[in-house]
Amino acid sequence: MENRVSTEVGLQLYELMVRIRKFEEAVVQLFARGKIPGFLHTYIGEEAVAAGVCANLTVDDKITSTHRGHGHMVAKGGRFDKAMAELFGKATGYNKGKGGSMHIADFSVGMLGANGVVAAGLPIAVGAAHAQKLQGRDAITVCFFGDGAINRGPFLEALNWARVYALPVLFVCEDNRWSATTASGPMTAGPGASARAISMDISATQVDGNDVIEVYQAAAALVAQVRAGQGPRLLHALTYRVKGHVSVDPAAYRDPQELAAALLTDPIARLRERFKAQGYDLSQLDALEDDATAEVQAALDAADAAPWPDARAAYTDVQTTGAGTWF
Amino acid sequence: MVLNPNTPAPGTISYAQAAVRAVQCEMDANASVVVLGEDVGRGGIFGQYAGLQQRFGAQRVIDAPISEAAIMGAGVGMALAGLRPIVEMRVVDFALCGMDEIVNQAAKNRFMFGGQGRVPLVARMPGGIWDASAAQHSQSLEAWFAHLPGVVVVCPSTPQDNYSLLRAALQSGDPVVYIEHKTLWGAQGVVDETLQIPLGQAAVRRAGSALTLVSWSRQALLCEQACDTLATEDIDVELIDLRSIWPWDREQVLTSCAKTGKLLVVHEAVQAGGFGAEIVATAAETTGCKVRRLGAPRIPVGYAPVLEAQSRICADAVAAAVRAMLH
Repeated sequence: MENRVSTEVGLQLYELMVRIRKFEEAVVQLFARGKIPGFLHTYIGEEAVAAGVCANLTVDDKITSTHRGHGHMVAKGGRFDKAMAELFGKATGYNKGKGGSMHIADFSVGMLGANGVVAAGLPIAVGAAHAQKLQGRDAITVCFFGDGAINRGPFLEALNWARVYALPVLFVCEDNRWSATTASGPMTAGPGASARAISMDISATQVDGNDVIEVYQAAAALVAQVRAGQGPRLLHALTYRVKGHVSVDPAAYRDPQELAAALLTDPIARLRERFKAQGYDLSQLDALEDDATAEVQAALDAADAAPWPDARAAYTDVQTTGAGTWF
Repeated sequence: MVLNPNTPAPGTISYAQAAVRAVQCEMDANASVVVLGEDVGRGGIFGQYAGLQQRFGAQRVIDAPISEAAIMGAGVGMALAGLRPIVEMRVVDFALCGMDEIVNQAAKNRFMFGGQGRVPLVARMPGGIWDASAAQHSQSLEAWFAHLPGVVVVCPSTPQDNYSLLRAALQSGDPVVYIEHKTLWGAQGVVDETLQIPLGQAAVRRAGSALTLVSWSRQALLCEQACDTLATEDIDVELIDLRSIWPWDREQVLTSCAKTGKLLVVHEAVQAGGFGAEIVATAAETTGCKVRRLGAPRIPVGYAPVLEAQSRICADAVAAAVRAMLH
């Protein structure tokens, strides 16, 4: 792509992004139809961050996620069928229906779970990275968090710890400009995540988080440094949350022009334009989208048909010591 | 019962030394056991890690910044990544700075991820009144954690129990809230290092038929003093040291209650909402025995000795409560 990455990588990134987008668009529809209970935090518009970062990882690398975790799950190699079943609350889901959207996880590919508490993934990522270092693994941990998280104490505690012990962790701030339903800027002192990392002697790189090639290349450099034992790094990706905070939130509090401007920088459309400018046969991109759409459809059909958990499952996976005594 | 003798009897070790021995045995046996916390490299503020960093190195006995949330959160991340961390919180009062990491992460991850990951973690958080240490260093919060599904809660009162139960906690594979008492560190006792004590098993400290007296941690030792006094009045009380708060040994307690027909539970924690309420309710529902609780008034622990004494349940108060139930 513009001689910056190979066509093969460009296609990989396109595929990861459209897989996330198709999954998210489907679950928004399913929520509206009442097929998915609870609520959803969708990743629409932010796909380039998870895709550009995770394309640089191996299955042995670990990630921690946020409450907005579907994109991380897909980008790290998670499966639509188990994810969709989990969102439906079915027994065949990743977590046997015990966690749902906010706790989507696939430990088999190193995805240590979405987390319902803002900034909670940061110390967990640091611990996982500390374990990787002690275990002498050639693996790293990537910690995704939002711009809202930098105003919680665990952000400072985790970055400090990571730097003190030179841990193999890449912090990725997905700066989507919104802390739930409040704009982050007026709630944040100083210039934000990058500046705070630099104040703790952690190198930070700021990128256009809606330019997947830029994210990919920056992440490649940072991942290499982290993997080489140079200690933690921070990637500050500027992106935009296209939907509301949560599925029931129409985001009416936003300036419509802000959203309109953001939509012009849609990461998937931008990458498609790049392929087009190079004279690439776009039907191959369409085929990737069609494949993702078909796989999502198969996953939701399977989830719809799958059984609910046995009620007794509410009493398993709690604890081993004292199991059986619930009152 | 002398709690802190100046001259140890031959063949005895202290409550703190017993803990050191337990950790050393587990670290010798299992390379995945690590310690992390503030001041642990120097042996811990109570000497409960004395010599361990010299023996196992700073890689496994990890000094932490004053970052309780990150210490607990990193412990969770380490556990999810395959280690068995001992997480030192310094005192239970400071564990409150890591409460999200205990309550929402350590206790929940196994269940909410559908059993994909477990959190084999022992969180040591010394509790109880520390002489003249005032309101933020004197709390007994075991009931808070007993209320929390997913964790085990242990409150040992003797060197033997501290040795055997700490080993059991480290072997359990569950997150364990391990509450040693802040003023028992120097307490001496003979420790049989081959003795295994399962989590959830109470100890009958004294057999009797007049009344069942249940307590734990340092308060159990004060109850023993009360029993000595009552014995001179021909009142033979059955004293049960619960040792584990969750799971608690209801079989032992209820069998005793059925025999004596009377149950008094005494704890250092505030009486209102204390774990004694749970025990007496269970006993009353199950055996119909006469019940009473004795705990601290619902006031912060004061600094001046005369104020602090208002929060202490002395042996005389226990004896008086027993007499009141018998007459």
